[in-house]
Amino acid sequence: MKNVTMAVALTGALALTLTACGDDGGSGSGGDGALVGEGTGADCTIEEAIPVGAALSLTGAAASYGASQQKGLELAAEELNEVGGVTYDLTIEDDQTDARQGISVFETLTADSSIIIGPTLSNTAFQAQPVAQEASVPVMAISNTAAGITEQGNYIFRNALTEAQVIPQTVRAAVEAYDLESVVVMYSNDDAFTEDGYKVFAETLEEDGIDVAATLTFSKADTDFRALLTEAANAEPDAIMVSGLIEAAIPLVTQARELGLDVPIVGGNGFNNPQLMADAGEAAEGVVVGAAWNSASEGELNNAFKADFEEEYGHGPDQFAAQAHAAMHIIDEAVRANCSGERDDIQDGLGQINELDTVLGPITINSDRDAEHEAVVQVIQDGQFAVLD
Amino acid sequence: MQQILNGVFLGSIYALFAIGFTLVFGILDRLNLAHPAVFAVAAFVGIELVVSGGLSIWLALPLSAILGALLGLIIERVAFRPLKGRPDAHFGGLIASIGLAGMFGALLLARYGPDTRRFPPGTFPGTSYEVFGARVSLLQVVILSVAIVLMVGLTWLVAKSRLGRAMRAIAENPDAATVLGVNVDRITAITFALSSALGAVAGVMFAMYVNSAQHGMGIAIELKGLAVIIVGGMGSLPGALVGGLILGLAEVFAIAYIGASWRDMAAFALLFLLLVVRPQGLFGKKRVREV
Repeated sequence: MKNVTMAVALTGALALTLTACGDDGGSGSGGDGALVGEGTGADCTIEEAIPVGAALSLTGAAASYGASQQKGLELAAEELNEVGGVTYDLTIEDDQTDARQGISVFETLTADSSIIIGPTLSNTAFQAQPVAQEASVPVMAISNTAAGITEQGNYIFRNALTEAQVIPQTVRAAVEAYDLESVVVMYSNDDAFTEDGYKVFAETLEEDGIDVAATLTFSKADTDFRALLTEAANAEPDAIMVSGLIEAAIPLVTQARELGLDVPIVGGNGFNNPQLMADAGEAAEGVVVGAAWNSASEGELNNAFKADFEEEYGHGPDQFAAQAHAAMHIIDEAVRANCSGERDDIQDGLGQINELDTVLGPITINSDRDAEHEAVVQVIQDGQFAVLD
Repeated sequence: MQQILNGVFLGSIYALFAIGFTLVFGILDRLNLAHPAVFAVAAFVGIELVVSGGLSIWLALPLSAILGALLGLIIERVAFRPLKGRPDAHFGGLIASIGLAGMFGALLLARYGPDTRRFPPGTFPGTSYEVFGARVSLLQVVILSVAIVLMVGLTWLVAKSRLGRAMRAIAENPDAATVLGVNVDRITAITFALSSALGAVAGVMFAMYVNSAQHGMGIAIELKGLAVIIVGGMGSLPGALVGGLILGLAEVFAIAYIGASWRDMAAFALLFLLLVVRPQGLFGKKRVREV
């Protein structure tokens, strides 16, 4: 047994050494500058295909998200390869919704990718991204909303919107649509994600001078909200704003309606889940939640994307597919900016993305390497997410 | 008014859970810590019956109770009976039942994965009534009624029926009961089956009441159940009902007047207070240990 462990360790060490050798100074992978082309922007021509790696959760708990992302990426790569001039060689690996597997996938992809997309979950990202940062390989996070993702290093970028970006837009849209003057805020105070969400809610409400009639806290494991909701109802608010995970959201929404609390319920990203309509049924009607993308949002690019996706896969895309699709186009723009598929050139190009038209709307990458674009504020109507006007 | 009702209905769930718990604890003098696992398993199976089996809740509920009874027989057979003759049978059974609860939990995880599951919307009629300006749903009325009916029925069973007399005889002195012709193993098994069937009914009702079934739901209610039977008086069925209601009201008022983070603080402070004032619980009798 000991011998086996030793052998594995030695093989691992050897592989690492070889990887390090093949990695000429941390930039470029095709080697010899073969990934540098001629021309600029639309006229850029690069001879070799640019290796793009993606670490997605294709199996395990987050498999449904990973599957959507894979479809979005493959569709976008196909489109871009048809444009000509620059082609992409997309490799997708399964991180199995497991942080350790994520690290090993990142190690594999680091060896010969110009840029890595993913991984699917923030949790895995925190573990795996340092591998890429260490090797100076740019990373594009397409679904990680946790704070601190891009703080891991100057090679880490993201095109997913954070709670801090979405919630203020959601609150303002709801205030305007429903003429809100006084609200009750509820959040679970034993979870970092929902507590951060609450802070954004509170700050936005204060900035906009909306009266907070009561702030009520619960635990993320709570399932009986009747006492809290009765308190909320006694405050006679125009709306309830909740920062909670989907596990709490469903019973909370159901019980609110059961108690006759029919005001709009505005939720954070935890509410952005079709499960809400499936499991809360009619009670979910009138729930408002912000998202990075909505299938109902119109726009030339988006309509084309929806049609192509439907044709290719037989069903409509979701937010994960849209974010993945947008990522490929952002990368393409970055590559064309310097007409180079070398790692450092892509990193530089990503920093220059400004008002790039994508299926998510015009996207700008800010100095924190986070994407900025307008969120879509949705309201649940007739059992599905519709755009709130 | 709404808050009082919230407390009463939450309390009736606790009572439903505790009535089964206290049946084994108070009468057979065994603490069955697999009871909360039965609570959770029954909730998931009840949902499965409705979602995949397409059964109505009125059919799924008794089926879950039958499943609970079967689990009760397994618990008695696996965790308690092999240890019964030993001097440390109380402690041994307690640990063995924790082990069995862990196994039930693992099976649940293997079968259903870690996600929360729910009854589909509309499983239970969403009818609600106005009572003194407060809202009461049909489900709440049913839960409270079931708790009361079971409490009354079981009290009668234990006090008056042949089975009940046999149970009490075993509790008093198993050896003497055997001499008197009581089949100790059979009566013990029946008590476990009855207890777990009640736990199963409580699990299904709770999952409907809060519109969610989670793996941790048994563990979350376990301590509350113990508190309820201690407040009510060990082995006292009316005590379990009253204890449940008191705990439910204490929690709801703690949430309403202090804050949700204080719900358990208030509930358990009440438990400690009661233990100081009345160690035998509200309905318990003082036990004199004979040497």
